Amino acid sequence: MNRINKKLQEDKKLLSIYFTAGYPKLEDTVPVLEELVKSGVDMIEIGLPFSDPLADGPTIQESSTTALKNGMTTAKLFDQIKDIRKTVDIPLIVMGYFNPMLQYGVEKFCKACSEIGIDGLIMPDLPLAEYEEHYKATFEKYDLKMVFLITPQTSDKRIKQIDTASDGFIYMVSSASTTGKTSGFSNVQRDYFERIDALNLKNPQIVGFGIKDEETFKAATKTAKGAIIGSAFIKMLTEKGIEGISSFIKSIRP
Amino acid sequence: MNYNVNEKGYYGDFGGAYIPEMLYPNVEELRQNYIKVMQEPDFQKEFKELLKEYVGRPTPLYYAKRFSEKYGTKVYLKREDLCHTGAHKVNNTIGQILMAKRLGKNRIIAETGAGQHGVATATVCALMGLECIVYMGAIDIKRQAPNVARMKMLGATVVSAESGSKTLKDATNEAIRDWINNPTDTHYIIGSVVGPHPYPDMVARFQSVISEEVKKQLLEKEGRENPDYVVACVGGGSNAAGIFYHYLDKPEVGIIAVEAAGKGIHSGESAATSALGKEGIIHGSKTLLMQTDDGQITEPYSISAGLDYPGVGPMHAHLFRSGRGEFISVTDADAMQAGLDLCKLEGIIPAIESSHALAIFEDRKFRKDDVVVVNLSGRGDKDLNTYIEYFDLA
Repeated sequence: MNRINKKLQEDKKLLSIYFTAGYPKLEDTVPVLEELVKSGVDMIEIGLPFSDPLADGPTIQESSTTALKNGMTTAKLFDQIKDIRKTVDIPLIVMGYFNPMLQYGVEKFCKACSEIGIDGLIMPDLPLAEYEEHYKATFEKYDLKMVFLITPQTSDKRIKQIDTASDGFIYMVSSASTTGKTSGFSNVQRDYFERIDALNLKNPQIVGFGIKDEETFKAATKTAKGAIIGSAFIKMLTEKGIEGISSFIKSIRP
Repeated sequence: MNYNVNEKGYYGDFGGAYIPEMLYPNVEELRQNYIKVMQEPDFQKEFKELLKEYVGRPTPLYYAKRFSEKYGTKVYLKREDLCHTGAHKVNNTIGQILMAKRLGKNRIIAETGAGQHGVATATVCALMGLECIVYMGAIDIKRQAPNVARMKMLGATVVSAESGSKTLKDATNEAIRDWINNPTDTHYIIGSVVGPHPYPDMVARFQSVISEEVKKQLLEKEGRENPDYVVACVGGGSNAAGIFYHYLDKPEVGIIAVEAAGKGIHSGESAATSALGKEGIIHGSKTLLMQTDDGQITEPYSISAGLDYPGVGPMHAHLFRSGRGEFISVTDADAMQAGLDLCKLEGIIPAIESSHALAIFEDRKFRKDDVVVVNLSGRGDKDLNTYIEYFDLA
């Protein structure tokens, strides 16, 4: 069984962390990963930096720009994490934009992920229709779970389509925003969380965008299976470095 | 072969809508409605009236006698430079602002490079009394100060794009991010035939008025609707899409797209996408774009801010790959000289973008009785500083 599916069966609220590979320093990718595992997170999204990350706010953009300046590439990332399964057992997801994957070669990219032991991919700009028509077969061949996003504006009909196409979890974007934008949750978000919960989808949902502390983590996971922290983690990493990881994770889930 | 967009939003291998889910409802709403709205008699009436009374259409199709004599062929100039606001861009912003109103949007966002599309957007927002926010790269804000002032006078808010390389591609990213953050009340007026489907097709349709007029005007002047060639510069490619549109399926009409070679195709400072680009995804569209081997989008260069874009609209990528279009690239130096030549020969100061199209006649020879229509997409007022510095005219 794919590690993602297995993890989702655990009887607890999951904490997933996004970080940008090659940030703050090029060779920080593996140390950050290992420290996150030590701190007890349930899942990790490894961000493959892109020059033009449309869905991201300033924090992740800047970390991507820095990582690219540091010399991060797709090939470099795969090389850095080639032995990661010797030390890391939790689900690992690569999150990036579609163009670098396209240039690397979709099949070659999937094969490399599979050989390393990556469990899933999040490609925000690879839409459902394109995925199903052109890439689904390849992803499945390598047992990579494609994770789709939904937002408060996504219609129930489309959410059900996405639920049918998914096998793992649905990435539930908490509000109409780029990453790192929101501050706390309002009633609008709570209504949205409850609306999705009431749909009784076959895939659990993990909430992302706007999670930054214990309070927002709790609010997001009241109905959802877990939550993803990205920008707030990158900010902490910028300020405190790898030494800050363990106390940051403790502050989210004491 | 079909050179227009298909049902799935593709031109051959190119196009589509590679957008984050956050944009899906907006783009889908537009996709479902744009053709229906454009075909409404009421929409057509308002659009045509504004093009006539406000923009000043039809623009002349001018026989450039002395320019023709110099190059030994018959050259007509489609005078888009005489449009209100100084370029063809306003054809599209008029169309899109009417579209936005019919979709019930009250907040308009746009990206701009040199500021021409920003000015054209600010203009129609003033005309319709809608809020207007224009994203512009921090570097472009510095080098295009007069257009920044124009936009402000017209009531627009100009927001500096501080990310990435701080130019047009980053301004486009910022506009897209704004749209993600404002998904219900906002319409994004893209300025070229780029972006996710249906934008390339919608913008091409609004700009197609250019070739629609050329057909009528040429019939009067030459007794035939079809020239032997149509020529236009291509950055994203909206003026080119406009003048090619009604000739795409007429094989007897040669289509010539002129890209900016900058300081030379292999100089490392160029914007000649067809020569340097590879298939990839930029701003929601699969097309040809300039990028590293690793798929990171690279920064183009041209002396002309309007051609300074690392991609090209999917329609043009298809024209290139299918061989339907002839692609020529022109250096800064040749374009600047061609611009100055037109001033002296015809008394017309062209935009530097348009000067690229004029520059091909030095090397690309035409027969004596060929009828060649060049889209003179904009006027050179905005480029005076560049002309002054380049030719030391002060």
